[in-house]
Amino acid sequence: MQSHSPSSLAAPAHESPTGEEPVVSARGLAKHFDELVAVDSVDFDIAKGESFGFLGPNGAGKTSTMRMIACMSPKSAGTLRVLGMDPDTDGPAIRARIGLVPQEDTLDLQLTVLDNLMIYGRYFDLPKKVIRERAQRLLEFAELGERAADTVEPLSGGMKRRLTIARALISEPDLLILDEPTTGLDPQARHLLWDRLYRLKRQGVTLVITTHYMDEAEQLCDRLVVMDKGRIAALGSPAELIEQYSTREVLELRFHGGEAPVERLEGIADRAEVLPDRVLLYSSDGDRALEEVRARGIDPLNSLVRRSTLEDVFLSLTGRTLVD
Amino acid sequence: MTTDLETWGMDTAHGTRLPPTLRVLRYHFYTYMRTWRSSLTTSFLAPVLYLAAMGVGLGSLINKHVGTVDHVRYLSFVAPGLLAASAMQVAASDSMYPVMAAIKWIRTYYAMLATPLRVLDVLLGHFAWVTVRLVLTAVTYLGVMAAFGTVHSPLALLAVPVGVLTGLAFSGVISAFAATQENDQGFATISRMGLIPLFLLSGTFFPLTQLPGWMHPVAYATPLYHGVDLCRMLVLGRVDWISAMWDAVYLVGLSALGLLLARRLFAKRLVV
Ligand SMILES: Nc1ncnc2c1ncn2[C@@H]1O[C@H](COP(=O)(O)OP(=O)(O)O)[C@@H](O)[C@H]1O
Ligand SMILES: [Mg+2]
Repeated sequence: MQSHSPSSLAAPAHESPTGEEPVVSARGLAKHFDELVAVDSVDFDIAKGESFGFLGPNGAGKTSTMRMIACMSPKSAGTLRVLGMDPDTDGPAIRARIGLVPQEDTLDLQLTVLDNLMIYGRYFDLPKKVIRERAQRLLEFAELGERAADTVEPLSGGMKRRLTIARALISEPDLLILDEPTTGLDPQARHLLWDRLYRLKRQGVTLVITTHYMDEAEQLCDRLVVMDKGRIAALGSPAELIEQYSTREVLELRFHGGEAPVERLEGIADRAEVLPDRVLLYSSDGDRALEEVRARGIDPLNSLVRRSTLEDVFLSLTGRTLVD
Repeated sequence: MTTDLETWGMDTAHGTRLPPTLRVLRYHFYTYMRTWRSSLTTSFLAPVLYLAAMGVGLGSLINKHVGTVDHVRYLSFVAPGLLAASAMQVAASDSMYPVMAAIKWIRTYYAMLATPLRVLDVLLGHFAWVTVRLVLTAVTYLGVMAAFGTVHSPLALLAVPVGVLTGLAFSGVISAFAATQENDQGFATISRMGLIPLFLLSGTFFPLTQLPGWMHPVAYATPLYHGVDLCRMLVLGRVDWISAMWDAVYLVGLSALGLLLARRLFAKRLVV
């Protein structure tokens, strides 16, 4: 890769002495806000070096789960182990080894880019010299090298997000938590960010990522859970989930005036989803399905055959779309 | 590469061992350094202007028509009161908007709490910074007072810790209040209904004896009265040790109470 690719961002490769203890392990983990159940008894294990995703719509409970893992929010029930410790009693020790990219940035907008890193590194009690060295490397990594002396306020959303990631890496954490790292960014900024996260992943940093973008989850995650209404609906690799909960291909049909002849489509595909603006027919062979539609004399406004995505998995699991 | 892998995260373990409170204090220094010039001018000008206008201007009028106040020149009477009242104002303003900003606007506290720092560290760092500001305020005041010739005893040096204590008595309770607020409207109310009446009626500008009798217990119940009383006794070198002790007990007690309350309400707000 590029010469400024920070090889030193890699995580230690040695095995933990106990063998395979997960970096994060949750059993029956729950979070309640008074009456409201934000996270409803979830189970998952995140392995070292893995890139693990939480895919779900707004309100699914992703942030609540991240905040519990990051020891910023006490759990309401269940058990949770992070880096072999208990968040209820070892919060500061765990946080010393975690990098958090919160959903909402917490940068100091009036300070410079570099000062944001300096101050944050000092919270971890790192010596100034160490922070300075790392900051230089991380700012290159985040493509912010030129902006080190600028105040943060006027930076673009993408730059601020990359700065937040650089800041979270200042302590060289064993676990990096990213809560919706690219929400609200334009496509170009998203792709640059994905590239950086991909590098971190390749260097072996354990990543936990929440998102409501299925393409982000497919790109970045080795394994993920589909989360909805505080529960985990399914867990697996993107390919596994698609294989298990969807067909290989999808035929999308739109109709004049949005009026879909639902009964006449019956039996063409393994499964059909009727959305307000289109009908999705799930089939291993989308072209064959389209031929069959035409053969029945049905004339859609337009049609599209595509591969199944995690969006289809979510739809099949919950009957709803991810982004409304 | 191998070296890098082996040292990943290691420096965290070899930290500078700076207590967490001081790490938070350092943040406040950082942000203060951005604005210290303008802030320093006002913190120096305010005492000069107050003493010039109140003490010299108003004072010469009073001295001419009334004679002395409490057996001293008016300037000497009012100066220590102004020191205590300024401590109150500095502490209050540093405990309202900055706390709200760190919770809601800039969200600094959440950045801190994602690191090894705890709520108590964040809170003590805040009070440490308020203390620094109070020391600067009190020392500046005392310096200007000395230049105006209103310092009458070496005991006046103790007005610095008393000024700090007066400020902290306000800072604790007000910070606790700020941590419960969703917007800054409550702060205007505190200023109007709390700080300004205290400023005017706590014996800062005239002896309590000038107030109607029913107001004496009210004034006596407020923290600023005790700060003013104690400062004045020390600066004038006329200390009644019994009432000085009560003043100190009151201020220490309210500071401690405010700290406990703030600890509780900060945790309630920040850790959900
Ligand atoms: N501090 C809070 N107080 C009350 N309710 C909350 C709080 N934080 C989150 N919730 C609620 O919990 C649910 C899950 O929210 P969240 O974890 O933010 O989901 P997501 O990150 O997936 O959008 C939502 O209904 C949300 O309104
Ligand atoms: Mg969220």
